Amino acid sequence: MNWITNVVRPKIRSILRRETPENLWIKCPDSGQLVFYKDVESNQFVIPGSNYHMRMGAVARMKSIFDNETWFDVALPEVTADPLKFRDERRYVDRIKDARAKTGLNDSVKVGFGKLEGAPVVLVVQDFDFMGGSLGMAAGEAIIRGLELAVEKRSPCIVFAASGGARMQEGILSLMQLPRTTVAVQMLREAKLPYIVVLTNPTTGGVTASYAMLGDVHIAEPGALIGFAGARVIEQTIREKLPEGFQRAEYLKDHGMVDMVVHRHDLRATLARLCRLLTKSPAIEAPPAVPALPAPLPTVIAAPSA
Amino acid sequence: MRSYLDFEKPVAELDAKIDELRTLEAGGSDIGEEIARLEDKSRQALDELYANLTPWQKTQVARHPQRPHCMDYIAALITEFTPLAGDRKFGDDEALVGGFGRFRGDSVCVIGQEKGATTESRLRHNFGMARPEGYRKAVRLMEMAERFGIPVLSLVDTAGAYPGIGAEERGQAEAIARSTDACLQLGVANVAVIIGEGGSGGAIAIATANRVLMLEHAIYSVISPEAASSILWRDAAKAQEAATSMKITAQDLLRFGVIDSILKEPAGGAHRDPAAMIATTGDAIAKAFDEMRDLDGKTLRDQRRQKFLNIGRKLG
Repeated sequence: MNWITNVVRPKIRSILRRETPENLWIKCPDSGQLVFYKDVESNQFVIPGSNYHMRMGAVARMKSIFDNETWFDVALPEVTADPLKFRDERRYVDRIKDARAKTGLNDSVKVGFGKLEGAPVVLVVQDFDFMGGSLGMAAGEAIIRGLELAVEKRSPCIVFAASGGARMQEGILSLMQLPRTTVAVQMLREAKLPYIVVLTNPTTGGVTASYAMLGDVHIAEPGALIGFAGARVIEQTIREKLPEGFQRAEYLKDHGMVDMVVHRHDLRATLARLCRLLTKSPAIEAPPAVPALPAPLPTVIAAPSA
Repeated sequence: MRSYLDFEKPVAELDAKIDELRTLEAGGSDIGEEIARLEDKSRQALDELYANLTPWQKTQVARHPQRPHCMDYIAALITEFTPLAGDRKFGDDEALVGGFGRFRGDSVCVIGQEKGATTESRLRHNFGMARPEGYRKAVRLMEMAERFGIPVLSLVDTAGAYPGIGAEERGQAEAIARSTDACLQLGVANVAVIIGEGGSGGAIAIATANRVLMLEHAIYSVISPEAASSILWRDAAKAQEAATSMKITAQDLLRFGVIDSILKEPAGGAHRDPAAMIATTGDAIAKAFDEMRDLDGKTLRDQRRQKFLNIGRKLG
């Protein structure tokens, strides 16, 4: 069981990680109203009133989905650091160091294994705060590990995508994560296990051109920016203004690229329902469909094992 | 009409001098020896330049308008080429061409990006920047090839997938992802050749092959040097630096295990002798397909997947 490193105690961890002062007021990017940070946090980072969906960190996301806010953190493969010895205005290794200090994460993708309404599930969560959720070798390996684990555990895999795209500082090796993660998706598909992608704000670039658009089911959060090419690049290419709502979740729904746009408050229930339906698991509040027969033996209901 | 890239100036000057002397020679002067000497010098200068091209210079060579393009390779290497059109969903995209023909006698499926050679054909082929329809056509052809047990050849030459409103509306990202998916799923042998520019997702969509070959001065990159410079350096003028930092040359990519072999270009680059370049490429493609001739579908698929999973895992 070497993939289990520790049982996460999310509350302790989030206290250690939090840098935002408790008393901070934040401004809703949509309506401009000022709201108390704590109110937003306790509302799953949805602004009360405007319903604007703020970005959500990987740990907060896992807390919001897994039963009892508890899961196993999955150990992720080590990768070669800075294969290109890259520097732009700053050295890539320094950028990585800063991102680690800022987020408490090792890289942009975190993988957890736990239960969702009693059934095992693998969650792969991208954290935009870590270098824009960019897809490099570490993130690629993490996604592959998550999908492989789902095959091992015979469980569905849910990916929460949040990324600006490929990690340019890793050059071609970041581009190679497109086919590499695609191979892992194929393995899950061949194992006939459900693969659900939740597209959150923003999911763009190379990430959309691979695992994020290969789900059995695509769910988008309201207002999320989802697209391949950046708006600026498109405007410069075609020299015209982009239509209202371009590349937003609702626009993708209209164009048949996502199955549904789901409010964050309804996400957990929707995911649980989909997982149950696609794995042909019985309904949770199943009516007593079978007439009670005299039971000769006491029935033992297996307790969910970790 | 010969054209020279900016860094080829010394060669251009020598060639101009040779032309001048030729005119004189035609007028009766006996300067054959001098011409031969200068021609030798010009050849040497060109060899030296091309032996030490910087990544930015390679970018210029890879984009040279006279460099042989996809259709040139098809015309020379594929007999009975029968282009097929349309994705059966929305339209046809001539930025990504494809069809069936014979390569050295055997049936083959060919797909590739065509940049076009004249203003008219460049527009028709959208400068080699495919829309979703192009990638969906590629998927359709690959699936057909698989069904009939026909190997697939990809000729990669694109600045990237087309960034436009319609392309986004019709699912550019999904189309690319599905095309990569189809490549990796193939139960027949496939070979990809990066003949010019391998531009990001638009390139990888058809480049995940059992064997990936790359021309000596081609480039293959996650983002164009120009875009990288404006994003990472916030300065569009840093493209040369970006080209170097991002390691986009065939030599770098061979070292990273991203490509399998490099195809040597003629002196002064593929555009100076397209026929020789295409012949070299043809031989390399034949060799690659021959090596896989006896492998069954499952083995080919497993090997291809493992090859991509291994990329980056054994970096020195």
